[in-house]
Formats: sequence, C-alpha cells, structure tokens
Amino acid sequence: MLFKNDKATVWVLAVLAAISLIVPLCNLIFAPGSPLYFSAYTVSLLGKYTTFALLGMSLDLVWGYCGILALGHGAFFALGGYMMGMYLMRQIGNRGVYGDPLLPDFMVFLDWKELPWYWHGFDQFWFAAIMIVLVPGALAFLFGWLAFRSRVTGVYLSIITQALTYALLLAFFRNEMGFGGNNGLTDFKEILGFNIQSDAVRACLLMASGMILILAFLASRWVVNSKLGRVVRAIRDQEMRVRFLGYRVEMFKLWIFVFAAMLAGIAGALYVPQVGIINPSEFSPLNSLEIVIWVAIGGRGTLYGAIVGAVLVNYTKTLLTGWAPEIWLFFLGATFILVTVLLPDGLLGFWQRRLQEQK
Amino acid sequence: MKPNSFRWCCQVILGFILMSPTLSIGQENTAEDAFSAALSNLKAGSMQERGQAIEQLAAVQKPQATTVLQALLDGRLFTLKTDGQLVIGEEIETGYKLTDAKSAESLGIVERSATQKITVNNSLRTSLRKIIGRLQLNDDDSAVRLAAVSAMGKSVDDQSLAMLRGHLPMEQDESVQKAIKLILGQEQLNSADKTVRLAAIDLLKEQASQNVVNRLNELVEKDADGHYLEADSDVRNQAEAALSKINSQLQMYAGIETLFFGLSLGAVLVLAAIGLAITFGVMGVINMAHGELMMLGAYTTYVTQQLMPNHLGLSLAIAVPAAFIISALTGIVIERGIIRFLYGRPLETLLATFGVSLFLQQTVRSIFSPLNRSVATPEWMSGTLQINDFLSLTWNRLYILVFCLMVFVLLLQILKRTRLGLEVRAVAQNRNMAKAMGIPTGRVDALTFGLGSGIAGVAGVALSQITNVGPNLGQAYIVDSFMVVVFGGVGNLWGTLVAGFSLGIANKLLEPYAGAVLAKILVLVFIILFIQKRPRGLFPQQGRAVEG
Amino acid sequence: MNGLALKPGQVDTSHGPILYLEDVSVSFDGFKALNKLSLYIDAGELRCLIGPNGAGKTTLMDVITGKTRPDTGSVFFGQTIDLLQMDEPAIAQAGICRKFQKPSVFEMLSVFENLELALATDKGAWATLFAKLNGTQRDRIEQVLETIGLVELRSQPAGILSHGQKQWLEIGMLLMQEPKVMLVDEPIAGMTHQEVERTAELLLSLQGERSIVVVEHDMEFVRSIAKHVTVLHEGSVLTEGTMDEVQNDPRVIQVYLGD
Repeated sequence: MLFKNDKATVWVLAVLAAISLIVPLCNLIFAPGSPLYFSAYTVSLLGKYTTFALLGMSLDLVWGYCGILALGHGAFFALGGYMMGMYLMRQIGNRGVYGDPLLPDFMVFLDWKELPWYWHGFDQFWFAAIMIVLVPGALAFLFGWLAFRSRVTGVYLSIITQALTYALLLAFFRNEMGFGGNNGLTDFKEILGFNIQSDAVRACLLMASGMILILAFLASRWVVNSKLGRVVRAIRDQEMRVRFLGYRVEMFKLWIFVFAAMLAGIAGALYVPQVGIINPSEFSPLNSLEIVIWVAIGGRGTLYGAIVGAVLVNYTKTLLTGWAPEIWLFFLGATFILVTVLLPDGLLGFWQRRLQEQK
Repeated sequence: MKPNSFRWCCQVILGFILMSPTLSIGQENTAEDAFSAALSNLKAGSMQERGQAIEQLAAVQKPQATTVLQALLDGRLFTLKTDGQLVIGEEIETGYKLTDAKSAESLGIVERSATQKITVNNSLRTSLRKIIGRLQLNDDDSAVRLAAVSAMGKSVDDQSLAMLRGHLPMEQDESVQKAIKLILGQEQLNSADKTVRLAAIDLLKEQASQNVVNRLNELVEKDADGHYLEADSDVRNQAEAALSKINSQLQMYAGIETLFFGLSLGAVLVLAAIGLAITFGVMGVINMAHGELMMLGAYTTYVTQQLMPNHLGLSLAIAVPAAFIISALTGIVIERGIIRFLYGRPLETLLATFGVSLFLQQTVRSIFSPLNRSVATPEWMSGTLQINDFLSLTWNRLYILVFCLMVFVLLLQILKRTRLGLEVRAVAQNRNMAKAMGIPTGRVDALTFGLGSGIAGVAGVALSQITNVGPNLGQAYIVDSFMVVVFGGVGNLWGTLVAGFSLGIANKLLEPYAGAVLAKILVLVFIILFIQKRPRGLFPQQGRAVEG
Repeated sequence: MNGLALKPGQVDTSHGPILYLEDVSVSFDGFKALNKLSLYIDAGELRCLIGPNGAGKTTLMDVITGKTRPDTGSVFFGQTIDLLQMDEPAIAQAGICRKFQKPSVFEMLSVFENLELALATDKGAWATLFAKLNGTQRDRIEQVLETIGLVELRSQPAGILSHGQKQWLEIGMLLMQEPKVMLVDEPIAGMTHQEVERTAELLLSLQGERSIVVVEHDMEFVRSIAKHVTVLHEGSVLTEGTMDEVQNDPRVIQVYLGD
C-alpha cells in the first residue's frame, strides 16, 4: 500500500482534508448559531494557517532535508504574493478611487502615464498563475546557481539569503519599483470575477489552499522518498562525500531550493487574496526567521512537523497578539532559545523519541 | 577619557586660531591715563561723546582697549548701578559674570537688574567694526589679523578697502597677504582698466570661494538683451578659464566630501562589525543579537544623559565605559546561558541568538516605550568644521571616525599584547590544542564574547550621536555588519577595517547616481556576487585548518 | 562537464600507466605539502604508499580526486584525460574513487541506501529523482552486501555500525562505483585481526581488474598485500621498490628512525 508504515502521513492527510472540506462547507451550509457553523473569521484564519503550513513545509525541504538554513525564504512567499497581488490589482479595473481603467490607483497617484512593461499580462489569471511559480523559481535558480556553485555553505549562506530578502525589502519600498511602494497592493475587489469579500469566495479559497497543501505535501513526500531525496539528505550530512560519489551537489541543492521556492510562491499567492493586502514588510528578515521557528518547533526533516509547527506557532501568535501584543516577541524569543537548546528535533522529534523509549 | 582629551586639543587649537588675545606687555603711565579717561568718557550720555570716546580708546595701544570695544559692539559692556563701575558682563543663567573693564579682574556674578547696558546706535556700530578691524589689523598675532581681514571681506566698503590697501605693503604674513589680495582682487574686477581686471581674474582663480565664483559668473553672463555684462572678450575668456579651473577644484572638494562621508559611514560599519568579527572569527558563532547589544549601548547613553542633563560631555564620557560593561555583561550571560550549549552547531546558535535579540528588543520596548528617544549631542560635537566655502565636515562624524580608529587600535593591542589576547588567538587557531595546553577555553569563550559584546555597546554610544535611539536600532545595522565581516574575511580584524571603509565609500560614491536605497541594494548585490568569487572574503585565513 | 563525456572504459592506458603525476607541488601558507612529486601508477596495479606523518599522502589523494588544486604540475588519467580540468564529481564519474581516512558513511541512511547512492549510474538530478533500481542493479547491491558481510544489517542506519563495519561499508561503496582506480586511505584502522585479513584478501582479489592505491601505516599489512611500495617524504617520492628493498634502504630507515 502507498502509505504502509506511515500512519502519521495518513493522519495528516485526513486532518488536512477535513479542514479544507468540512470547515468551508459547514460555513456555507449551516446558519450562524448552529453548533456546526464555522464563522467567517475561523475560515479566513484557517485559510491563512494553511498557506503558512505550505510555506513552512517548503522551508523544511530546504533546511530539514538539505541542511540549508535559508533565512530569506519569505522572499519567495512575498514574490508569489506580489504576483497574485498584481493580478488582483488589474481585476479592480476602473473601480479604483481614480477610476482609471488601466492604471492601478498608486500609479495614477504617482502620475504615471503608462503601465510598466512587467505589469502586462497580469490581467489574465493563467499568466499570473504561471508567474506565481516562475518568478520565485527563477530568483531561487539565479541565486542558488551562484551560491551553490561557488560552494557558499553554512552560516555564510544563511547570511546572504538574509541579505537577499533584505535587499528586496529595500527595493520594494521604493515607489519607482512600480509595486505600490510602502503601501503595497491592496483594495482588491474580485478574483476570477467573484467578489473577494464574500463568504463563498473565502470558503473556496480555504478549500483551494487545503487541496493545494495536500497535493504539495504528497509531491514533497514523493520527492524526499525518491533517490534524489536520499542524495539530498546525504548532502546534509556529508556534503564532501556525496561529491566524491560523483554527484554534482550544487545541482541537487539547486533543484530542491527552486522546488521549495516555487511552493513558497504558491503559498504567498494563496495568502494574499485571503488577507487582502501584500506589502514590502513581507520581505522583512524577521518574517523569514519566523518561518524557521515554525519548522524548528515542529521538527525538521519531517514534512508534517513543519505543518504542525506553522499552525501551532501562528495560532499562539493569534492568541497572544489579541491578548497582550507585547508578550508575543518575548514568547517568540524564548521559543527560539528553548527549541534550539532543549528541543533540537522539535516537538514531533521529541514525541517520537518518547514513543521509542517507551517501547 | 580619550574623546575628551581629543576635544580639548581641538578646542585649544581652535581657540588659538580664532580668538587668542594678544598679551603685549610694557605699558606706560600716559597710556594708562588715556585709557582711564577714554573709559570714563564712554559712560557719557550722548552718542556723539561716546563716539569720541571710542576714537580715544582706539588710539590707546592696549589689548584691553580692543576687548572693551569688542564688548561694546557685542552689547556686553555695562555700568554697575551701585557705583557706576564700567564692567564687561558675560551672560550666564543666573545673571552676569563680570570682569572689570579696565583691569580685566573678575568681579563675580550679579543679577541682571544690577547693571545698566551701554548702548550704541547703528552708525557707532559701523565705526566700531571698522576700528576693531583696524586695531586687529595691527595686531601682532597673524591669526588675529587674518580673522580681521576675513571679517572685513564679508562686507566690503571703500573705507575698509582703503585700509586694506594701506596695510598690504606692511603685512609680512603670507596667508594674510593672500586674503587681502583676494578682497582687493574682487574690487579690481570693477576697474575700468582691462589689464587690472585681467590681473584680478588671475589672482582670483587661485582663491575658490562662493563670492569669487559669483563675481566671475557675472563676467560671463549675458543680460536680458543678450549682451554680455562684460564687454571685453579677453576678460570674458579669462574668466571662463578661471571658472573652469575653480570648477575642477570644486569637484575635488566634492570628492573629498564624498570620501569623508564614506569614511564616516565606514567608521560606523566598522564599529558595528568589529565586535561581530571577534565573536564570529574566534568562536565561529554568529551572534544575531549583536545589533541589540549595540542598542543597549545606545540606551545606556540615553540613561546616563538623563541622569546628568547638565553635563552632556561628561555623560558621554561616562557612557562609553558604562555601555561597554553593560553590553559585555549581557554578552557573557548570553554565552554562559545559551551559546555554550550549542558549540559546533553554528546554525542553531544563529537561531538561539536571534531569539535573544527579540527578547532584548521587546524588553527595551517595554521599559522605554517603542518610540525613539533622542540623545542630545554635546556642543563640541555638533556643528561643522568649515574648511572653506565649499568644504565643511560635520564634527560628530569626524569624532566617530577618530573614535572608531581608537577602538580598533585598542582592540588590536588587546589581542596582541595581553594574556587574554594570546589565549583568544590560540583558541581561534586550534581549539583542541589550546585546551590540551591548559587554556581554560570556557573562560576564554566567555571573555571573548564579552569583549565582542562590549565593543558592540561602545559602538552603540557612537551610534546614539548620529541616529535616533530606538528598539529597532540594532536591526538596521545587523545585516550591514555581517556583510562587512563576510566581505573582509572571517577572523581578520584588518579585513573588517578595510571592508567597512570600502563599503562605506562605495555606498556614498553610488548614492548620487542611484539614490541611497538603490546604492545599498547595489552594494548588497555586489557582496553576494563577491562571495561567489571569494567565499572566504578579502583576507581569508589560510592554512590547512580552514580546509576541514 | 567535460568529465561526463568520458565513459569508463575509455581511459587510454596503452603505455602502461593509468595515473600520471608529474612535478606536482602544493603549498599551504608557505608549507610545501607536495614538492615536485612525480608518480606513475600502472593499470591493474596494487600500490602501497607509506611515509611518516606530513609526508603528503593525503594531500596526494586530494590532488588526484580534485579536492585540492596543485600550484604546479600535471595530473593525467590515462594518456588523455587531464584531471586538473575536472571537478570532484567529474573525476569520480570518470572512474577514480576514494575511501576516506575517517569513515564517512551517511549515518542517517540505511546500509542498503548507502550502497544505492554509490551505485554507478546516471547521477544527474532529474535522473535521480525518477531513478528505480532494476534487477541487475539490485543483484549488484546484494553481491556487494555479501562481499562486505553486512547482509544482516542492510536496513539498519549506517550510524549504528561499528568502526570496522563502517570501514567495510566504505569499501563496499567504493566497489559499487566500479572504479578504474581505487584510492584507499587507511583501510584497516579500527578493524579486528580477522577483518584485516579479509580486507587484505579483498584488495588482493581486486588487483588486476582495477588499479588500487593504498595508504597505510601498518607495515605488516602493507607487507601482506604489496608487491610495489612507494615511500613519500616531505612531499616527494623518497624511493620505490619491493617491500624488502624499501625496508633496507638506508634513507628510509633514516626518515623513519632518524629524526
């Protein structure tokens, strides 16, 4: 059988399927007040968590399996988000504040006369969908090709990935870039012709995010269980030795890095319509580091660990920021310290070890 | 502390240049009498009498006379209401600090209401200026003469021109001669004689100043009808040539200024990065909380300043060691509490110290509020050093540059000459061997980390002088300082110095063309590409140990 | 990429030697690890390299496998293949494989998976992603498992193996790559007496089919396998010959015992 000896995977799939089908359906079918009703707030919250789970899982591929501590993974998420944001901006059409049929509001505000060349095509969903995967992938390819080929490893690599996202942060803050500067892209109206604010669309977005997460999980699982997955894990543990076996280590790193970047891009694209805004702060190094802590908490090198970690940390964040915002950073800081010092394998690793010890 | 003694030197030098009073000895009784008489005439009622008294004072060959005239001009000359004594007052918070106008003896402090100001009207003020100028022109100190000449140059009139013209043949000092010629030269541009004008241009082109440029520009401009203001084409061509010469000079000044800005930015980067270079180079530890340790240093400055608001300079001097100690202790706690459990796992260390940085940020935010705090800059650090009309350097950046170099040299000496330095270098080169030789590596690690952190604190003090102090202060510098360390090559302090300065200069060179943000991005991209070529930085550590 | 074009079997050994090292020098920070070293290894030969610590044995292997670039000199594989133009994977794929001094098996992977990764096959990323073992490849792995005596432990993670077993697994991985030239750095460190004997047997059985260069400190072991011994000293070849010749060479005695 496909999932022989892998109960955890079956469980993860079951829970994901339940969330992505039952919650949105219940939201649509049952009336508020019914015990089976899930509020729109829950739906959008779960939708957000689902995209974070996908993002965390994609980082796990790079960090947990290949040993590359990428501190700029959020950049790919943000880029995917911007691609989706551009599509949503074009969908606004002449319903913007300035009513320009072609130019988004911020361009009119900046007194631009023409649509920049890189905004063309984004009125088509299929084009945007391709770009959502292609642009983060291309950036990852370019960056990875340069970095891995010259054998930049360890903390050096981590730092330059952070520099990458920092540079993008600065760049996207600039109005001249043509991505709305400081304010980013927002005030979306429609997606695929449907009102983006409506409950039905929100429910569908959660459903789509859940389905894509399941597909991405299965694809990633297939990758890490392939021989390529074993080579990648071998690289994590003994990079030099893999090279002497005749494998071009840089190509494998590049492959997994680009794959993960594409997944992160998709996550970003699903995130933006659900929160209604994308701005440069998504590029901030802190965001990328938060992704790292999701994976660290959940447990590296187990795909579902990253999913659990992402949801857990973000749920805590939702609770804490609602209750006492100043506690959140204390909590996050303490988590970083405790997890690295006391729980190097994350919660799931800890749990698995306990189970083994009991046997 | 050192910055203070530097400041002291600067002030002394400046004092000599600008205002040093000449103390000529050898007074005659007659002069003394004339002086007393003139002083008492000053107190007389009418402006006319006062004018005569001024003339009398000017005739007295005494430095104190000049001082009195200057005080009169500045509105600092008073009579005491009680006994009518003539005094010079210096305004302080509680009243006036008095000195006797005649003997220059200190007379203590009185309330404002106890004095009566001796007033002058505009025409008296004008003649006062000239008289003071003339007196100073005859001063024995060439610096005073130079100051007088340049003061006259600011508002030229026939009388002062005549005075300068008369003085020129007697003047021995070359720089004073030059300054006088410059003023006269500008005047000669108005001459009807073509050769005089040409000679004037020749003279002026050596002397770049805003006035000269304006005057020369007048010569080559056209009026509304399209006629040249200057009719003679020879003069125009000469002026064009002079202007282009001055322009190239201006470009040089602009270059120097860019270099200075670059160096001062580089100094900040070096200060920020050098502590990091130590912890990273010696211990292989990436300390993501380094920026927050700088932030602690900046807040230490803020707190010391709050504790002694009336002694800005002193508080800054105290802040330096205080910040060092606070950041160093924090660093040692971080090392003993967290990092020592993570040796050999650099990526985990990176994450844990990042946690520390969040913790410190939020702590500061909770204590001091998330808003920026402004730290005042002592007077001697604010303002600019005006080198000429086109080149001025800000004092605070100049001080930071010097401060950075001092910290660097000090650190180099610590590593080179102390026992700790020896042990640190030994551990950096071969940890196991050092341990085998009985070096307490744990203690060395803690102290090294403390040293690196302490320097971060000191860097924070410097930063507080040029930027706002807020919880995010550290974050803004962390990526930059890592870039410096990586660019310079890990474990090499000289590399850090060179890298910091070159990145600073590169940033400032790019800024005019690309804008500040784009310049920064370009520099980041450059470093990313540079690491491709030389993964171990500008000055890599060599040898087999690195290979492993 | 130039190495990829060369399939095993294309190495031109028509003049006898399969490895040519000529005037190779390497220095680290002024220290000459290799000093104008020249060495020729014949096709099918079993050669032992001995020499005191710091003689340059490991550096020599680093140069051959592409880990270290020499400052001067030339290194050829057969008549035509310039190893200095190739990187580590290309050299490995051309047929020069190496066992490290410190066993470096992949501890998180099983014994079987370790061998699978070493298997001589297309090692590109995409090919690896879709790779499936065919019958012959499976048989080959089984055969090697048998040879190295780890059949029972095939699904255990390599991390739990003893030091000697890891050494064997390394040798097994070497065999899986079907190399033309095997570079074996200290194969018997940490092995029991019986394991040492089996290693000697294995190496002897492989000679002729492959060229083998063994670096070893254990003189008894060297004597038991080597016909031809090369002594390195201070980065160059001190002498070459049979074990007896070498052991009676006064210079060798001087080097080992003198200072």
